[in-house]
Amino acid sequence: MEEGNKIPKSASSRLCCRCNERKPALKRPKTLEQICRKCFYEVFEEEIHQVIVGNQLFKAGERVAIGASGGKDSTVLAYVMSELNRRHNYGLDLFLLSVDEGITGYRDDSLETVKRNEVQYGLPLKIVSYKELYGWTMDEIVKVIGLKNNCTFCGVFRRQALDRGAAYLKVDKLVTGHNADDIAETVLLNILRGDVARLSRCTSITTGEDGPIPRCKPFKYTYEKEIVMYAYFKKLDYFSTECIYSPNAYRGFAREFIKDLERIRPRAIVDIIKSGENFRISTSTKMPEQGTCERCGYISSQKWCKACVLLEGLNRGLPKLGIGRSRGLENGNGNRKDMEQNGDVRSIESKQCGSLDF
Amino acid sequence: MQLTLEFGGGLELLCDSVKMHNVNVDLENGLEQLTMKDLLAWARTNLIKERPEMFMKGDTVRPGVLVLVNDCDWELSGQLDTTLQEKDVVVFISTLHGG
Repeated sequence: MEEGNKIPKSASSRLCCRCNERKPALKRPKTLEQICRKCFYEVFEEEIHQVIVGNQLFKAGERVAIGASGGKDSTVLAYVMSELNRRHNYGLDLFLLSVDEGITGYRDDSLETVKRNEVQYGLPLKIVSYKELYGWTMDEIVKVIGLKNNCTFCGVFRRQALDRGAAYLKVDKLVTGHNADDIAETVLLNILRGDVARLSRCTSITTGEDGPIPRCKPFKYTYEKEIVMYAYFKKLDYFSTECIYSPNAYRGFAREFIKDLERIRPRAIVDIIKSGENFRISTSTKMPEQGTCERCGYISSQKWCKACVLLEGLNRGLPKLGIGRSRGLENGNGNRKDMEQNGDVRSIESKQCGSLDF
Repeated sequence: MQLTLEFGGGLELLCDSVKMHNVNVDLENGLEQLTMKDLLAWARTNLIKERPEMFMKGDTVRPGVLVLVNDCDWELSGQLDTTLQEKDVVVFISTLHGG
């Protein structure tokens, strides 16, 4: 071990802790190990393979769609999935599935990246657009509703859009590139908003098994830093700009906090996920029941699914429909969580996602 | 000291959308070596044209920005205390965007 007061000029005084031969290229946040590039590729890929196998995410012969946005997580996911599929003979039929929300200057650019990925990785690509599915682009929606609550619309519509695309491709499963940092942020967000129903579900590696298409997250335990380093060293082509509407998103606060935490204690991220996995909801808490939407048949805990409520609002010129606590609407639809209905109307209410006004 | 700075992951937007910068950094009087800490302060003044809070927080980079010196994680070489040599390549990559 190197002792002394002088910081070594370069890292060459230490060797990779795994192979002991090469110079280390990075320090893994998960384990604090110093590791060289080649060993990093190996452990990165091997750990994901273990997550896939250990959680039995796939069965041989399944058709699997990879939710691809052209961003860092989905590009690395596409690359690693096709590599592992080949190397370990998962026997999967892989596809790329992309959603075009109609955000100029953001989505149109990132879709170009996915089209390149289609060629680079040899995976067939399907793009579904909000315009086709709902008759509205995000830009049009924002013109009507303003800069708040955009993420509510976008997130709700995107989930359905992915399911529709997956149904069109006739796939058995959907995989997304949500990484450890994302999941830790989601756990915190749900705690901050008292969303007990989501809190109990958000750490599951596979969700929606009782819905149209199950989805899983092979990167659940993978650190964002490692994904970016992997993409950088391997020179993978990805698009990296923030959605122009995201500065107003509540998630930004959780992200800032998680990043500060990671700096002090990197293991905090997987530890938060572990805490999230081990939450048990008290039996006396009322939880929403699952049913189907009366209008479109999609899975829903209300009479109408969120997407239908939001669309109805847009089409009727009632942009606030489905946002915040609402009263006096057909069948009492509103942004209900597992809280008791008491005639309380508050101006800042738990919102599904999107901005919080201060 | 001649250095090459590269900005990625969206940070290039803070420097007029230029990713690669070949720069000459003068050492302050009395200083023998250039550390990352000095370089960051220099970059904030001379290269970052807008929204410096996206690049730096206090003395160091904003949490979520990765730094590589000659393709090695700066966590291995002492972060802010890393000393730089002539012709070194420093890369800043932001991870703070959609995936």
